[in-house]
Amino acid sequence: MKTLAIDTSTYTLSIGLADGDVILAEQVTNVKKNHSIRVMPAIQALMNEADMNPEDLEKIIVTNGPGSYTGVRIGVTIAKTLAWTLNIPLAAVSGLASLAASAPVVDGLVCPVFDARRGRIFTGLYRLSNGTVQAVLEDRNVSVADWCEELLLQKEPVLFVGQESNIHEKAIVEQMGKEAVFAGRAVPYTRPAALLALGMSMENDPAEVVPNYARLAEAEAKWIEANEKKAAGRE
Amino acid sequence: MKKNTYVFGIETSCDETAAAIVKNGTEIVANVVSSQIESHKRFGGVVPEIASRHHVEQIIAVLDETLEQAGLTFKDMDAIAVTKGPGLVGALLIGVNAAKAIAFAHNLPLIGVHHIAGHIYANRLVKEMAFPLLSLVVSGGHTEIVYMKDHGSFEVIGETRDDAAGEAYDKVARTLNLPYPGGPHIDRLAAQGEDTYNLPRVRLEEGSYDFSFSGLKSAVINTVHNAEQRGEEIIPENLAASFQASVVEVLTEKTLRAAKEYEVKQVLLSGGVAANKGLRMSLESAFADLRNVELVIPPLSLCTDNAAMIAAAGTILFEQGKRDGMDMNGHPGLDIEAF
Ligand SMILES: [Zn+2]
Repeated sequence: MKTLAIDTSTYTLSIGLADGDVILAEQVTNVKKNHSIRVMPAIQALMNEADMNPEDLEKIIVTNGPGSYTGVRIGVTIAKTLAWTLNIPLAAVSGLASLAASAPVVDGLVCPVFDARRGRIFTGLYRLSNGTVQAVLEDRNVSVADWCEELLLQKEPVLFVGQESNIHEKAIVEQMGKEAVFAGRAVPYTRPAALLALGMSMENDPAEVVPNYARLAEAEAKWIEANEKKAAGRE
Repeated sequence: MKKNTYVFGIETSCDETAAAIVKNGTEIVANVVSSQIESHKRFGGVVPEIASRHHVEQIIAVLDETLEQAGLTFKDMDAIAVTKGPGLVGALLIGVNAAKAIAFAHNLPLIGVHHIAGHIYANRLVKEMAFPLLSLVVSGGHTEIVYMKDHGSFEVIGETRDDAAGEAYDKVARTLNLPYPGGPHIDRLAAQGEDTYNLPRVRLEEGSYDFSFSGLKSAVINTVHNAEQRGEEIIPENLAASFQASVVEVLTEKTLRAAKEYEVKQVLLSGGVAANKGLRMSLESAFADLRNVELVIPPLSLCTDNAAMIAAAGTILFEQGKRDGMDMNGHPGLDIEAF
């Protein structure tokens, strides 16, 4: 099955092409540039390189968040439009799960991290064992302090992956001590091959695939807060 | 016999997710608009992040419904046209990237369209254009007089120096405690009232085709404020009528003067505010005497944002050989004279 995988949920652009279990091509660029300009030319170039035409594609895999709102939307829009118009299956995979799956771990807990600013992160907890990836704690937007408390309850070492985990390394180590291990440069971002492997067994309806922002839009959050205050005032 | 040209259009620049198919640049085959207005009402205006979220949720259903309505596939299409600006950047990017994916999948030419060029070309779905022409473009974000000496050529001869007419409508509506969007409410109230408040007509310097509505907006706010201080009752119908009379009078007068000076064959009304009954009536009566100038006003459904207008404008650009690449971006401040 000829499959295209796309990840634009952070500033890293990861694209992969596979034919069944064989990875044909991977492209990762880890530079802060506009995804909207770069994704389609990158897909085009990679498929060219693999002598593949759009109509040869049999499946699309995409990360649908959490991460950069705009980045996630660009990837999801391209992936679901391609899958819909080529009439082929689509798989939407957590960007955090695919980052966790990029870790060279045989057995253990892996915590993927995207920075969410102001001491907060997008994260989740996954168990890797014998090539499978299981969600232990679901993806969320959380403060580093609260998250470390939850992780300590696992009473097991946790491997932190993703280049943005470095931003919070000091705070995490202060709280978790030796239970926190950092993959550092070994796992800076999602490897297209890991995303391809994860999405292979999944399938979603293109029209139904939407980003998982793991956070309300700011205006929405403020509106809810204002309404709660109003309600409290009436009591 | 010449083969028919089918262009698929996509528009997501603000709060409508829209797609359409237009035949030969003049005939609507399918036209689907999914409005988000209900979700923005509680915020009193369009929230960009929420608009982007809706677009990505709605886009496939809208594209699918468009092909369904037409009974056609992308194999029948000659090109994909999409709004590339101006507009909300996050919103534009949904349409732009969907269009690129379709163009790539089916090896179709990709054409980025200026949103206002689209509004102007909505007229071609009603009546063939005759050049030279002028278009009065009035919407939530725009108030411009555009001169066209031929297809695809746009020269802005007048524009607003502050608020767009639509913005002024929304702000005045808020002052009168009318719900968002304010335009239709003011138009309805104005029809029941009279121009009694003596609001200013801002014409700017002699001969200018530019507009300014912020002074008028402030005059309305001051009128309400002063009445409150004196304990007087404002008559909303009359204030709406006075405000609308000022806007409509200035728009009509400048358009009429420009039509004479530029010796145009047609004047096209474009943009969401073109739905305003007061403006339509005023232009109709002003142009009734100008026998050699034809006034074209599209039906309401083509005045507000839609993708048929983008496909119509895209058809002309397609025929002129204009193409965009897979690196096309969304441009929030795109210039109509240079796009
Ligand atoms: Zn518009």
